[in-house]
Amino acid sequence: MKQKKTFVRVLRRIRPYSFFVILSILCGAVSVAAQLLVPIFCGDAIDYMLGIGRVDFEAIERLILSIIGVTALSAVAQWVLAACNNRVTFCVSRDLRNEAVEKIQKLPLSYLDAHPSGDLVSRIIADVDTFADGLLMGFTQFFTGILTILGSLGIMLFLNPGITAIVVLLTPLSLFVAGFIAKKTYKYFGIQAKVRGEQTALINEMVEGQKVVQAFGYEDKSLEEFDQVNERLREVSVKAVFFSSLTNPSTRLVNNIVYAGVGLASAMIAISGGITVGELSIFLSYASQYAKPFNEISGVVAEMQNALACAARIFELTDVPDEVPDREGAAEFQSKGQLSLSHVFFSYDPDRPLIEDLNLEVKQGQRIAIVGPTGCGKTTLINLLMRFYDVQEGSIKIDGKDIRDMTRHSLRQNFGMVLQDTWLKAGTIRENIAYGKPEASIEEVVEAARAAHAHSFIRRLPEGYDTVINENGGNLSQGQKQLLCIARVMLCLPPMLILDEATSNIDTRTEIRIQEAFARMMKGRTSFLVAHRLSTIREADVILVMKDGHILEKGTHESLMAEHGFYEKLYNSQFGG
Amino acid sequence: MKYLKVYLKDYKRDSILAPLFKMLEAMFDLLVPVVVAHIINVGIVNQDRGDILMCCGILVLMAIVGLCCSFTAQYFAARAAIGSATGLRHMLFAHIQKLGFSEMDTIGSSTLITRMTSDINQVQNGLNLFLRLFLRSPFIVFGAMVMAFTINVRLALIFVVTIPVLSVIIFGLMGLTSPLYKKVQGKLDVITGNARENLSGVRVIRAFGREKEESEKFSQANHELVKEQLFVGRISALMNPLTYSVVNIGIIAILWAGSRSVESGVLMSGDIVALVNYMSQILVELVKLANLIVTISRAMASLGRVEQVLDTKTVMEFPESTKRGETISPNKTEEAVSFDHVSLSYAQAGEESLSDISFSVKRGETIGIIGGTGSGKSSLVHLIPRFYDATSGQIFLLGRPIQKWDREELRKKVGIVMQKVQVFSGTIRSNLLMGNEGASEEEMWQALRIAQAEEFVRKKSDGLDETVEQGGRNLSGGQRQRLTIARALVRRPEILILDDSSSALDYATDAALRKDLKSLPSDVTVFLVSQRTSSIRHADHILVLEDGKAAGWGTHEELLESCEIYREIYESQYGKGGRAV
Repeated sequence: MKQKKTFVRVLRRIRPYSFFVILSILCGAVSVAAQLLVPIFCGDAIDYMLGIGRVDFEAIERLILSIIGVTALSAVAQWVLAACNNRVTFCVSRDLRNEAVEKIQKLPLSYLDAHPSGDLVSRIIADVDTFADGLLMGFTQFFTGILTILGSLGIMLFLNPGITAIVVLLTPLSLFVAGFIAKKTYKYFGIQAKVRGEQTALINEMVEGQKVVQAFGYEDKSLEEFDQVNERLREVSVKAVFFSSLTNPSTRLVNNIVYAGVGLASAMIAISGGITVGELSIFLSYASQYAKPFNEISGVVAEMQNALACAARIFELTDVPDEVPDREGAAEFQSKGQLSLSHVFFSYDPDRPLIEDLNLEVKQGQRIAIVGPTGCGKTTLINLLMRFYDVQEGSIKIDGKDIRDMTRHSLRQNFGMVLQDTWLKAGTIRENIAYGKPEASIEEVVEAARAAHAHSFIRRLPEGYDTVINENGGNLSQGQKQLLCIARVMLCLPPMLILDEATSNIDTRTEIRIQEAFARMMKGRTSFLVAHRLSTIREADVILVMKDGHILEKGTHESLMAEHGFYEKLYNSQFGG
Repeated sequence: MKYLKVYLKDYKRDSILAPLFKMLEAMFDLLVPVVVAHIINVGIVNQDRGDILMCCGILVLMAIVGLCCSFTAQYFAARAAIGSATGLRHMLFAHIQKLGFSEMDTIGSSTLITRMTSDINQVQNGLNLFLRLFLRSPFIVFGAMVMAFTINVRLALIFVVTIPVLSVIIFGLMGLTSPLYKKVQGKLDVITGNARENLSGVRVIRAFGREKEESEKFSQANHELVKEQLFVGRISALMNPLTYSVVNIGIIAILWAGSRSVESGVLMSGDIVALVNYMSQILVELVKLANLIVTISRAMASLGRVEQVLDTKTVMEFPESTKRGETISPNKTEEAVSFDHVSLSYAQAGEESLSDISFSVKRGETIGIIGGTGSGKSSLVHLIPRFYDATSGQIFLLGRPIQKWDREELRKKVGIVMQKVQVFSGTIRSNLLMGNEGASEEEMWQALRIAQAEEFVRKKSDGLDETVEQGGRNLSGGQRQRLTIARALVRRPEILILDDSSSALDYATDAALRKDLKSLPSDVTVFLVSQRTSSIRHADHILVLEDGKAAGWGTHEELLESCEIYREIYESQYGKGGRAV
């Protein structure tokens, strides 16, 4: 049922290309018809060669001309058919991919956070590929296959119903044999897949952990374990591969028997003059041609089912509801940097309340430090401020205006964000710094880089600001990446900042530079800092102490130390030694 | 090929018999048109029903014998291909076990995994197909030509022309399109990267409001891909119509020349039917051959990649055994580890990761090593169990040059907890026993206790036999890390190295761990690597590293006085007014 629905949806995607589909069907019909005619012309020609002195050259020449014409027609039709099929398939998969990526921009963060990005990428890339393969195969082989079968049947019936009956009665045998073997093989392939999965898991684990394996002198044991699985895989693979390779010879046997049967019957009839030698050759060539599409079609059907399954996975992604759209009349907004949270409730999972009744007043230019052990939910607050997630109760207001009453776009323009996870695009350094303001001049970019203390290392790169960095900045150090992220915000310099202090990945010198860059940026701006360093924490106007998603305490360093609560404990364990 | 041959040799019989039987089957295929010609020329012409019946009987018989041959061939091919691939996989796995760290760094584990899995599978498929088809297809193509010659030399010349023309078309188009397909793959890689980027950067993209531009950029790259796909598609779509036309032209030639031969009495109409049949057979087999070549070239590429790994020899050599011969009495030396002007540069890295490091540590001492990322802390401790060899200088372990220790003995003395937490699927027990197969229950619990893991293991319903899933998924990061510490402790090493091993532990647990480490036997030397001064401030000596050079050596107090870098690190973590102890 679900498959049918998916199928209908696939058809809907194909509709914009109906012209090519129709052309493809027409060409398919023409090419099949032409292909079926050639054996007939051949047979007829042979019938004009009866023996010495009994050859009708004129008729043969006529037939040869017909073959040439039909061949040319079929060749052209075949090419157009393939070109049309390619166009439809590739365009449909292009549309699907574009749709999926557009969708990603609109998906709620909660969906993206809950789904591993590898899985989503494989839907957009691998699944669409499999889908395209299946679709292409379906287009090319399914329709022409059916036409070939019907056409051959019709012509054979026309020539001699008796012999046709033999063909029709015997072919199901071939399908039956193929089906029987397929079922047997399926079992072995299942086992093979399981054992192979086991082996892959073992390989993954042992190779990933190879250094540990060696450090603990575990090499021999690990090889022993591997060999065991390897041997099991060998045994089951031999069976699976052997049985699966029986299909072709077996169906060929049946086809050969059909061939012999047709030969016998038509020869006997030919003796009594029922058919000519030429017709006999036509029958033989149809008998071998006719069964082939059957085998192909069963393969095509499997392939198409697979394609539908992939399409369903893609639709699953594009069907996820978009994040709640901006409210009607949501306005553009330029903030001065005053912010308040009142009675905010939020949790990712209804069973595990996280932020409960949070109240916070932030004056313009204040610094808020968020502290707490790892995993305490510091990022949740960032998620709410940036409206990656929406509060469930209560409200967040900027300059007295609810953030849900402004467009997300303009809200986010009011925040500059530097996360620990330093994401950079594949592209040049300049493009990366100008990410939030693509029209920025090179002077502005350099200025921002200088302010972020990034200019000196960029200058030393081979191509300076035009150096291309690969996906996620793989060729830069962690510290350099962070400096670029700071420069990126420096260029826009919005009125409010969200900064996530790096913990451990950066050497002391770079760390000091980043501190300086942060300090310069924060001057006069309302800023939220996920803080790890004592100096940052102590300079904050308000410290939020978080644990397990809750805000436990709130205050300045002195007032919190005086409370003798969790903050003091945390402080002492972290900095007391 | 040299490595595959080793295992293929074990299947010599199978790999000879498989193609032979396949050829036998092909022979029957080739005989069919001859039998049919006989039916037409003799049976029908002479009105001999018995003869026709016999001929059809022969056809059926040939089909059955052909089937048997084919089964036999498939069986031998499967055995040989899978057997050799299994052997190859074993060889590769065993080889990986012997690679040194430096080779592993160069190759990378994800590469090794693909080599072990998909590449070897490709080799297996390629070999299987090769054994089955590499003789069959050419045999049928040329066989058909030879059969044509037996029928009529003049008409057989048509085959002599057609076969090369078909081959040129098929292989020419393949040669033309294969670089184009590579280009398509390249474009596909671009959009894959693009999609991944869109997902990993979703927060930044939205923060800067660049959703639309990103979609447009993807769509642009996607468009490039489709353009390329359509272009290649149009070229490879020529294959079918062209070969089809050529074969039909061949058939026309047969009809045309054949009719003259029939007229002059050289041939009979049955012969013409046979020749036309051969012509059609050739096309089918050539297309098969073309596909075979694609699969095989892919398999060869995979094989090349596998052999590349096998060709990587480890540069590190260990002496055969030091167990016998000179034994070292524990009292002979007080020195646990000493570095004498040691430098290290990694393969393929320009700069030195460690330069001119010298220090000496006595048994039972605790050493703290501190410094920023890339300062060489891990590199330094990785030299102690000889994961890498120093580029210059000499390291002594328990008074003996490190190269003189045999591998097993050395790794037994040195226990290391690596930065990257790695536990293996199995049970908590099996993970602990990995370090020391003979460890008793009591020893395991003791190790867990010191590693601050006792409590959580006790809480598990199956205790030590609690299942550990792959990658330790069912344990928290902190639990995994404590388990790796316990695993090293079970080994009862004389030198214990903790390489930033408390990163996933909270501060209290970290402190408790450091306290309990003091309960180890007094002659155990401990190296603590950390980024935090709080973790190492109580060590007997602290080594400060900066850019691979020793920037300070002494106790916490001494270093605060004398070492500017240490002070800088300390202050960045504590603030200028941080409590002095």
